[in-house]
Amino acid sequence: MSLNNKKSFDPVKFLKKYAMILVFIAIVIFFSAMTNGVFLQARNLSNLFRQMAIIGIMATGLSLVIVAGHIDLSTGTLLGFISGISAAGQVWWNWPTPIAIIIPILVGLVVGVVHGILIAYLKLPAFITTLGTQFVFRGGLLGVIKGQTVAPLHKEFVVIGQGYLSKEVSWAIVIVASLMFVLITLNRRRNDHKLQIDTKPFKSDLIRLIIFVGILSIFTYLMNSYEGVPVPTLILIILVLIYTFIAEKTTFGRSVYAIGGNALAAQYAGISAKRVVTVVFMFSGALSAIAGLIMAARLNAGSPQAGLYLETDAIASAVIGGISMIGGTGKVYGALFGALLMASLDNGMSMMNVPTFWQFIVRGTVLVIAVLFDVTSKRKR
Amino acid sequence: MQDQDVTNFTLLDNDYILEMKNITKEFPGVKALDNVSFKLKEGTIHAICGENGAGKSTLIKILCGVHSSGSYTGDILINGAKVEFDSVRDAEGCGITCIHQELVLVPGLSVAENIFLGNQPNNKGVINRGVLNKLTDDLLVRVGINEKGEEKDIHPTDIVDDLSVGKQQLVEIAKALSKETRILILDEPTSALTEKETEVLLDILRNLRNEGVSCIYISHKLDEVMAISDEVTIIRDGNSIDSKLISDITKTEIIKHMVGRELTNQFPEATHQCGDLILEVKNYNVYRLGSKERKLLDDISFKINKGEVVGIAGLMGSGRTELFESLCGILPNRSDGEVYLNGKRLVIKSARDAIQNGIYYLTEDRNRYGLVLNMSVKENITLSSLKKISKLGVINDNHEEEYSHDYIERINIKTPNTKVAVETLSGGNRQKVSIAKSLMTNPQILILDEPTRGIDVGAKYEIYKIIHDLVDQGVAVIVISSELEEVLGLSDRVIVFRDGTIGGERQIKEADQVCIMNLATGQEVELIGE
Repeated sequence: MSLNNKKSFDPVKFLKKYAMILVFIAIVIFFSAMTNGVFLQARNLSNLFRQMAIIGIMATGLSLVIVAGHIDLSTGTLLGFISGISAAGQVWWNWPTPIAIIIPILVGLVVGVVHGILIAYLKLPAFITTLGTQFVFRGGLLGVIKGQTVAPLHKEFVVIGQGYLSKEVSWAIVIVASLMFVLITLNRRRNDHKLQIDTKPFKSDLIRLIIFVGILSIFTYLMNSYEGVPVPTLILIILVLIYTFIAEKTTFGRSVYAIGGNALAAQYAGISAKRVVTVVFMFSGALSAIAGLIMAARLNAGSPQAGLYLETDAIASAVIGGISMIGGTGKVYGALFGALLMASLDNGMSMMNVPTFWQFIVRGTVLVIAVLFDVTSKRKR
Repeated sequence: MQDQDVTNFTLLDNDYILEMKNITKEFPGVKALDNVSFKLKEGTIHAICGENGAGKSTLIKILCGVHSSGSYTGDILINGAKVEFDSVRDAEGCGITCIHQELVLVPGLSVAENIFLGNQPNNKGVINRGVLNKLTDDLLVRVGINEKGEEKDIHPTDIVDDLSVGKQQLVEIAKALSKETRILILDEPTSALTEKETEVLLDILRNLRNEGVSCIYISHKLDEVMAISDEVTIIRDGNSIDSKLISDITKTEIIKHMVGRELTNQFPEATHQCGDLILEVKNYNVYRLGSKERKLLDDISFKINKGEVVGIAGLMGSGRTELFESLCGILPNRSDGEVYLNGKRLVIKSARDAIQNGIYYLTEDRNRYGLVLNMSVKENITLSSLKKISKLGVINDNHEEEYSHDYIERINIKTPNTKVAVETLSGGNRQKVSIAKSLMTNPQILILDEPTRGIDVGAKYEIYKIIHDLVDQGVAVIVISSELEEVLGLSDRVIVFRDGTIGGERQIKEADQVCIMNLATGQEVELIGE
């Protein structure tokens, strides 16, 4: 350790902090080169963001499960089960679209309650419990759709997975979002001033604003140059915003971090860990259900293969996004970045026609490497 | 790697087994040690005293190889020869073993397996349990934990998790002695021990000294330092202030050197106005885990009044902690009996119930049960009172900041701001954060379990003052403590526990250390150090 290091550049630290972003850039460059730039074309990016929505929503739900110190291996098959219920409902049981959305989400919530009772109240290890329910949901899917592909679904339902926003609407959203960013920042600065906390320099807030508006505008412009912003991407962003708010600004979110950081201390402090953990699993179940609806809409069918092995991508996304398997740390919105990386990987490999067996090997390896990185960089402090 | 430069003998310093010369260690932003020197004579016990954050731990970490050579400047000499340690293994190779404040035993393994962890007697990898247990038996007798021929205090096959913290500490010592140890370092070894266990430990150390083992003894308990050590070195703010033979220095002088000012009284003066009855416990029983018959605590009845400090004394394992954990809904064990708060019958099923009824229990092990170490100071302070800073479940950042800022100022928590992680604070300040957390719930009854364990003299005094302030506001404070001096100096009344029952109760004017020990043990005992 150097003795007088005031802001000296430490390459190891830099690499550790930004490793995942560097990996992502490398992946993008690699796939762009291998596909002669097709990877970065608006058409493919639109597709990629739609893929990312499903993984991203699952990973968002998983994020607080992992922060609370647990794990959920059943999100992928739950997603499949839900997509099957919605599809069978629409095709065989004459459910109108609202019912075909509400009932599956309720099923997701109930699944969460059951997980919560088993894991939080009866103290079963989450790993084994959700390994078991993973099979239950897999069987549930095959049973509900009788092992067939069930299609077609309602037109208005399919919009959830395949639709695009009109250009005017998406630009309106960009403007509203930018204004809200400005308002929130100003409000924070005023509060900091009132409480006499050292606030961030005006310049850094301005840079943040420019980056925020910039990314949003580039994204919208790119999407609009194809068909528009995909509906599932919008759903993803809204859900991540809500869930980030829940995690950061509510007593519930605070309790989740406390339980993950030190479960006993949280209990001694009067936090009801059982209730909180159950709610975490409920939210995770509901989010997997929403991802399942998007999956069904995207395929315009209930498929026996829906959601298979997706939990691997979701867990990898959360961990890549900086949510530590140790529990108690990590930001919910990090899962967004993780999902982008995993979706890029899936998308790029498909485009390159990488054989399926290699795709499995790569996805599994990425998961293990991400956890390895998490454990080595966070545990030794 | 050890770099033993044998030619570097200096004849003058021959009777020193260990010398640390001009040690300077910097962390980014802080100079933890500034030109500190320390000499240990062979076959002596040398105490190091200093407030928390004075640099004791850093010095010890350098000595036992945690901070590797090269990360600090200065020399370490063993028997006059220069050595360099890059790992704990290197240090152990030179016969230096350290027993840290936090125990590092494997809870699920037996005593014998823990002691010989990594070098069990085996035959081609198959552990010979007979030999293992026999060796452990012998060792436990040799160190004086078990008396030869008598009933064993600690059995080699006991699972460590089932032992009290006090006994675990003794196992830790036995483990250190199973290695070829010439220099034994003990960091706050008695912070979890009762007087009796402390006595046992000090006797063991005296035996070891007679066998030629040199010992570095770090403790906040100056009575022990005076009783056991031959020499004492005082460290303050990263500087070595003074080294003296114990016969040439008094307790007051040590404190004066440690804090840099004279502390005339370790306990603040206070007179309390004892008010109305607030808590009454009648015929309360706590059962052993999984049992409906065998009692851990038997027929406990006592009363607590507003505006008084009640000290709870008793040996480790007497059930004092378990009783209050059970009353506050934390202990999973079955219990029955009656509890009245302000005359109303009370049923408490969880810590949450207790807190909502104005009863707050602050745990003896703040790092394990008291704090979420990776969370910020303000998040920890507000953890029990999230309702106060939120509306419809949404936290108001301003309220949170204001509240935590208020408590930081009120009880003088030394922290750069409200947002740093609690793990970056010293022990005393961590404890103040726990206390702030409990105060924010506005408790009517505050139960403090070992509130000053491992905390330096200055911070202790401040915590005592906080307790008195609370009592003046009409709060009833219950202090569970292994330090008799603290019980006597702080409380208005003392309840002494013995083997799961109440051994006796005294107004503090009618109590002294001997009297409490008699009640706690049920027999006449002599006090240590006298």
